[in-house]
Parts: sequence; C-alpha cells; structure tokens
Amino acid sequence: MIEFRGVTKRFPDGTVAVDELDLTVTDGGITVFVGPSGCGKTTSLRMINRMIEPSGGTIEIDGTDVMSGDAAHLRRGIGYVIQQAGLFPHRTILDNIATVPMLLGWSRAKARSRAGELMEIVGLAPEMAKRYPSQLSGGQQQRVGVARALAADPPILLMDEPFSAVDPVVRESLQDELLRLQAELSKTIVFVTHDIDEAVKLGDKVAVFRTGGVLAQYDEPGHLLARPADDFVDGFVGRDRGYRGLGFLSADGLPLGALETVRLGSPAPSGDWTLVVDDADRPQGWLAGRDRTDGAPVTAEHLVPGGSLYDVTSGSLRSALDAALSSPSGRGVAVDADGRVVGSIGADDVLAALATARAAA
Amino acid sequence: MNWSWIPRNLDRVAELTVQHLWLALLPVLLGLIVALPLAWLATRARVIRTVLITVTGLLYTVPSLALIVMLPLVLGIGILNPLNVVVALTIYTVALLVRSIADALDAVPQAVVAAATAMGYTPLRRFVAVELPLAVPVTVAGLRVAAVSNMSLVTVGAIVGLGGLGALFTDGFQRDIPAEILTGIVLVLVLALLVDVALLAIGRAVTPWTRAGAGARA
Repeated sequence: MIEFRGVTKRFPDGTVAVDELDLTVTDGGITVFVGPSGCGKTTSLRMINRMIEPSGGTIEIDGTDVMSGDAAHLRRGIGYVIQQAGLFPHRTILDNIATVPMLLGWSRAKARSRAGELMEIVGLAPEMAKRYPSQLSGGQQQRVGVARALAADPPILLMDEPFSAVDPVVRESLQDELLRLQAELSKTIVFVTHDIDEAVKLGDKVAVFRTGGVLAQYDEPGHLLARPADDFVDGFVGRDRGYRGLGFLSADGLPLGALETVRLGSPAPSGDWTLVVDDADRPQGWLAGRDRTDGAPVTAEHLVPGGSLYDVTSGSLRSALDAALSSPSGRGVAVDADGRVVGSIGADDVLAALATARAAA
Repeated sequence: MNWSWIPRNLDRVAELTVQHLWLALLPVLLGLIVALPLAWLATRARVIRTVLITVTGLLYTVPSLALIVMLPLVLGIGILNPLNVVVALTIYTVALLVRSIADALDAVPQAVVAAATAMGYTPLRRFVAVELPLAVPVTVAGLRVAAVSNMSLVTVGAIVGLGGLGALFTDGFQRDIPAEILTGIVLVLVLALLVDVALLAIGRAVTPWTRAGAGARA
C-alpha cells in the first residue's frame, strides 16, 4: 500500500507541482494518475521512488516513510518504466533486463538467466537477447523496458507515460499485454498518462489531477464516467462519456432474442435478414432480403458484412449496444466464448437494462 | 643527399623513437585521468563548467615553446627534466579533452540517466557504468586529436634538449645533414598515423553498440 499524506512539492522557482495530496494506492491493482500537463501527476509518481523529493508531507510504502532509508536501495525494490523506454544503448537487450538483479549483487549467470525468463514473459523472441536497443522497434523497446522493471520481481511497478511514444496500434497491443501480465503477476502498479482513454482502459482506480497539482477525483473508471465530480473532470473525461460508461456496466442477465441462421452453402430461407454461419456456428455475415437466392445455396458473395459481436461471457452493455447498432439488420449478434452464435440483441433491450441498472444504483 | 647517415645511426634513431613515444603518449594517459573527473565536475553545475572550459581553453592557447621554457620555473625542476615536456603536453591534452568529454556526458539522453537512477544506481556507479561508456566514442575522438597533436608537439622539446625525434631536427640543422632531418619528419608522421589507427581500433572494439545497425527493426 502506498499512502500520500499531505504531500506537497514546491520547486525552487516557487511553482507548486503537487499541493497537499492525500491518496492511497491499494495493493495488487493498477492505479492511474491522469491529467493535463502541469497537473503534477508525473511529479507525484516520481516522489514514490524519490526521483523527486517532496517538500512537505509523507509518502509511506507499507507503513515505512520512503525518505527514511537510502534512495538507491529503495529504488532497487521498485520497478520503473520510463517514457521512450530509456534503455541503455550500450548494453544488449539481455543485459539491459539484467540491470537491477546485477545491482542487487546476483551473479552474472543468474541475472542473465532471469533476464531470459523475462524476455519470454513479455513476449520477446530469444534471438533479440544479443541485440542492442537501436536494433529494436519502439514497441519492442517498450517491452524490454517493462521486462527490465520486472527483473527483480518488485512488488511495486511505476510506469511513467510508458506507451506515449508508440503508434496507436502498438499502444493498444502493449496495453492489452500489460493487462494480461497484471492478471498473472498482480503487482501494485502506478501508471501515469495524459490519455483519459488509456486511464479508463487500464485503471482499477483513476486519479484525475487538475493543473496546480490538486486531486480532482479519485474513483473507479466506471464511476468517473458516470458521475464526474465537477466540470473540470467532466470536461477532461471528454465526449461520449455516457456511451463509454456503458463499458463498465455488466451485461449479465440481458435477455437474448432468437435469431434465424443459415449455414453457408445451404438453401436460402425466406425472410428479411438472415445471419449466415459456418459449420461451427460462427457468424460469417448477413443475407439481405433483396439478395435472396430463392432456394439456391448461399455463397460468400451474397453476404453483407456483419457488425461487432457481443460476447455473452465477458461483454459489457457497451459491447452489446455496439453490436446492435453496428449490425446491418439492427439485431446484434451474441456469441459465446468460442465464437458460436447463441442469440441476438436489440438496442432497446440494452437501454431497458441500463434503466434497470440506474434504478438499482 | 647522403643517405648513409641512416644506417650508421640506427641505434640512436631507435632510442629517440622510444623516447618520443613515451613523451607523447604518457601525457595522453595522464591527461585522460585528469580530464575525466574535471569533465564530470563540469556537468554538475553551469558555473563550474564555464570556469573549467574557459581556463582549459586559455591554457591551450599558451605557445608550446613558452610553456616548456616556463614550466621549470613553476615546477622548480631542472630544465632538462623530462617532466617538463610531460607536464606541458598533459596540460594540452586536458585542455582538449575536458570540453569534449563534458559535451559527450551532456549528450547522454536524459531518459537514460533518469532510468539508471530509477533502477537504483548510485551517482558514482551510474557515472562509471552508464554515462562514461556512452561518452566513449567522443572521448576516443578527442584522444586521437590529442595523441596526434602531441606527436608533433614533442619535437618542440628538442629546443631544451628533450624532444624525442625532435633531436634529429636540431642536430640535423646544426650539422647540415638533410637525411637526418628527413628521417625525423617521416618517423613522426608514421608514428602519428600508427597511434591514430591504434586508437581508432581500440575505440571500435570497446563500442560494439555504435555499429549495431537499425536494419533489424520489426
């Protein structure tokens, strides 16, 4: 547990980066600090491992003031992932990852074998081990940065805008990777970003900072979208928050409607819209009434592409509504974990479920 | 020209060559040892940097002959003491290296330094393990300039009787033996070239990462 108590950071030029911050980071979750530039989120993160020292207040990790011991010793026990990876250009990937174990006095052989394990964990091919950072893509470098931070198995991981320098596609895959890793490792992660979508996607809890280093709201992402504390948070959370908030509401118990399906290659039935599936009942596309082949077998060229799919095992109201809205027939396709069609969903059903959830809250 | 001077004086030439190498290269090593902590200091505070760069810059402009003649007075040693040449050339080497090493240390990416600190490096260990290795390419470039320039500066010492191969110039002029002068010039050039190539090779050997191309990007 990391506890900020009345923490203030005033720089020599008089600017107050963080003002009387009280905040508790709970163990085993991802806590995201988010806000516009100059809001003190990075300063707050860096005070945890004393890269920046507070001018007032205390920060305690599991009850121990971070200022009480040796700074270098403290830092070896806290993983740190920096913007643009910050890899050591003169060391191979393997030796970059082995940095903290070597600082902790492990033998070179043991440190390198641990580094090898980590390459596997973060999904780096073994042949990368002997390369230098300049030979890797931005996304690969950032994976190395995460592996390096995890090498000595620290309970806490600080991530300072780690994915801001990579393109959106790579960023999304790194985010998914982080969530997968976290599901296995259950670290206490503090993650800084200026991107509210990233914050809402990754955070178990999100702390929104406003300019001047004041905490505006500290809440679960669903609550943040549903009930912003003030106009600043509302504006920062941005457009479509009502729709995005549906992503945090479970679609459990949403009634599924029946759905007429036809196998690819079977004779086309009559009716307006029919969902076409393959031999494993996985959706392939829709057959429109006007394209009816009057009993002739349905082939791939007759199909209208389908919309997004709603997975009944893990889907939210957002994915259910999107499935309905994006489907050409107006009926969203519900599938199970294996991708087999189990029924259909209408936008009205989602809105009705939302009204029920609101009434219960 | 009478070339027979060369075979008759091979022993003397060999002895002077060895002396020349010592007088030129020992100051390069000493200069590096002095310049490293000074360069580190220069990166700590802007004031220190300005003072150091200005002072070392001024030192470099002192004419070599004047320095070699004046040093015995300053150091309180005999004018024929080899230390005079060694100290003079060490001063030039330091003057050359402090600025370039300080620039090289400043050029280490901020994210790399911050990452090293966050990993738990103490400042001294970080300097040795991260900042210094990254400053090697620029440092080696500075060392090459210093070594080559020392090769020619050593000969000035011959005026006070301590100049390695420079002795061939003074002696050759006084006794009018062109072959002796020519031998000196050619040997100084060859030595300078060899030392330059050797330093280049050492520099490349210790910085394999600078040649790792970006071709393997995926």
